[in-house]
Amino acid sequence: MTQPDPIQPDSDQRGQPQPTVPDMTGAKALWATLAAHGINTVFGYPGGAIMPVYDALTYYPEVRHILARHEQGAIHAAEGWAKATGQIGVCIATSGPGATNLVTGLADAMMDNVPLLAITGNVARHLMGTDAFQEADITGITLPITKHNYVVTDPDELPMIIAEAIRIARSGRPGPVLVDIPKDVQLAAFHGELVRPQATPEMPAPRPEAIAAALELLKSAQKPVLMVGGGAQGASKEITAFARAWQIPTITTLMGLGAFPASDPLWLGMPGMHGSVAANHAISQADVLIGFGLRFDDRVTGRVKDFAPQAQIIHVDLDAAEIGKIVRAHLPVRADAAQAAVALTGDAVPFERPEWNAQLAEWKTRGEHPTTWGAAQAVRQVVARLRPDDILTTDVGQHQMLAAQLARFEKPRRWLTSGGLGTMGFGFPAGLGAAMAEPQVTSIVIAGDGGFQMTAQELATLTKYDIRNVKICIINNSYLGMVRQWQELFHEKRYSEVYLGDSNPDFLKLADAYNIRGWRADNSGDLESAIDAWLSHDGSALLEVVVPNEHGVFPMVPAGAALYEMIENEPVKVPDLGEKMNTLASNTAVSEVSSERKTEASP
Amino acid sequence: MTSPIQPTPDHLVSALVRDEPRVLTRITSLFGRRGYNIKSLSVGTTEMPGVSRMTFVVSGDRGVVEQAMKQLDKLHDVVKIIDHSLEKFVDRELVLVKVRVENTDRRIEIRQMAEDFRARIVDAGHHALTFEVTGDEGKITAFIEQMRPFGILETMRTGRIALTRGSNADIPSHIYHEGETQTLEPLLQSAPREGKAREVNNLF
Repeated sequence: MTQPDPIQPDSDQRGQPQPTVPDMTGAKALWATLAAHGINTVFGYPGGAIMPVYDALTYYPEVRHILARHEQGAIHAAEGWAKATGQIGVCIATSGPGATNLVTGLADAMMDNVPLLAITGNVARHLMGTDAFQEADITGITLPITKHNYVVTDPDELPMIIAEAIRIARSGRPGPVLVDIPKDVQLAAFHGELVRPQATPEMPAPRPEAIAAALELLKSAQKPVLMVGGGAQGASKEITAFARAWQIPTITTLMGLGAFPASDPLWLGMPGMHGSVAANHAISQADVLIGFGLRFDDRVTGRVKDFAPQAQIIHVDLDAAEIGKIVRAHLPVRADAAQAAVALTGDAVPFERPEWNAQLAEWKTRGEHPTTWGAAQAVRQVVARLRPDDILTTDVGQHQMLAAQLARFEKPRRWLTSGGLGTMGFGFPAGLGAAMAEPQVTSIVIAGDGGFQMTAQELATLTKYDIRNVKICIINNSYLGMVRQWQELFHEKRYSEVYLGDSNPDFLKLADAYNIRGWRADNSGDLESAIDAWLSHDGSALLEVVVPNEHGVFPMVPAGAALYEMIENEPVKVPDLGEKMNTLASNTAVSEVSSERKTEASP
Repeated sequence: MTSPIQPTPDHLVSALVRDEPRVLTRITSLFGRRGYNIKSLSVGTTEMPGVSRMTFVVSGDRGVVEQAMKQLDKLHDVVKIIDHSLEKFVDRELVLVKVRVENTDRRIEIRQMAEDFRARIVDAGHHALTFEVTGDEGKITAFIEQMRPFGILETMRTGRIALTRGSNADIPSHIYHEGETQTLEPLLQSAPREGKAREVNNLF
């Protein structure tokens, strides 16, 4: 059933600029340039306007092309690759619909600073602007959601543009760059020169005055707290050393999880809307808050004017535009996080603040998850099996927040989630891309029943390339759980268009249709043995965990509230008739389903 | 940099940009989606091939304008931002004003008034005179107000343009050489673009 990919990477030629050959075309120059940049894997989907590029691909066996089943799957896989490795991810699509299918992934990469190169075909130059077949102004469409984009109008400039695009995507605050190549440019004879990779500019070092002022502030602190964001994923070692040297209690944002080891007693968890009690209260009472590589997203700050109301804020960020954008920084430090952390570590005076530490310890005991069977219990049991090198990706919603609250990461770049854009359908293809980048680790995907169906077609990609290290866990509560939670809390339980349980597929049969083994569990005891079977199965596998829908994710800071106004625990429910009916209806549906599908899918 | 700068409703900002396709769209779209207000915008080529210069009048408090400048500076095609509120500058605006002329008496009256403003007549018709006035914003506004009672048929203003005073050029000539503007490599190598002119006061 599984065909080995006929094109095998040949690492010998990688990194060497190809010689100009007589029949060189724009399309061949593209692949030669990508190969010269050490790019050995691209994700894509062909179509009319990109066919010369796919034709030229056959001459470049050193680059492996992964054929996805939808361009969105391809770009999320490229994102997963990039997020796990820190290297650039590359995806390719045709013009028009192919290109527009990349839009979600580009916006996602822009928000979460994923270095990405997207290559699209376009109609021939003389047809551009004529509403030609499959024409879309993709550079116009993606202008606000890319770091930069290009239309290549001269085939000889192609290598230079690709090199520049890669440099832009990787440098400073990374992000996506799109290069649109008209079909006749791909076909045209190439007379230009192939180029070597461009060096990325050096990261800015902190100014000595800023460091001196920061040290002074830190030394004066009675209730210090450190916040680490996604921008510090590459500075994990330096920031961990900084935090330990000063003994500063440390908070990692959703994007920063893993940048500081969760096993360290200094770690307080995640801040924000579904952050930990300790993190949110620590921020609210801190007198000095130092943040590295974070942008004070509205989900992190809650009501901005009451964010860290007592704190002097030191904001270290590479991007000057992020400093002072949302939260006023008393001490702005525009610098590379790693260099700033190193500069602040030398003169460290370890904090001894018994009262503050006792207070933090008390907060850490609060905000327990329900111990009865439900999504939280299921996620807890799954993430408990993560080994330090394993990658965890998620979709968006309740399962994502639960995973962020419950998983314990010791290393950076092991937690891949769609934070800024909140893209449903991200988790599975991203996990697939990460698994291809690191075949030796297990890539665990946690998704909801809703989000998984947005990119479920990529099960075919797992099978096609015989990817053996993706373990998909679907937390199936038959609802768009997070939307339902908001409807319950803020829309008087009017559950509008969130019920999926009556029409969800049999996920095990779906997996089986792609020749992927699956297991199902609907209680805590069965889950443990199902997890054993699922993880020990030789090859990628799917685990469906059927859970009731009644639990929300807590702690929760309601939109517009301050962090210290968080709801720590799930409110005791007073069931009204509508709620009861709803629960009854969905429980019936679930139990019918589970009794019918108790057995494993046939191999 | 801690000099107190009083917030004013209008801020004058210049940008040197690569003369690339869509550069204007990139900039205006950034202003649009982030909700910044452009009061006027004028664009022209510079003495350096491949580089255009824009002058914006941005309205909003100091924080908004700073944020706008920082966001602009992140665009790949933007080479340099010059915040004119931080240095002495000279600015000018040009306006064309077409004024209704009802009779000969009025014609004389209008022309006398125009002379006070050193306005030049660029078109004279039986029933209208078109003037060209150059000056700072105050002078132009005053001229338009003076002409209003006679009946203004239409006006067109270029928006303000500005240059820093003194011998400092915003485009350091050593960066640009003939033939190199195609790749603009030297420009990129010249980062950090942290000249005095764009130093914004909340960056320590």
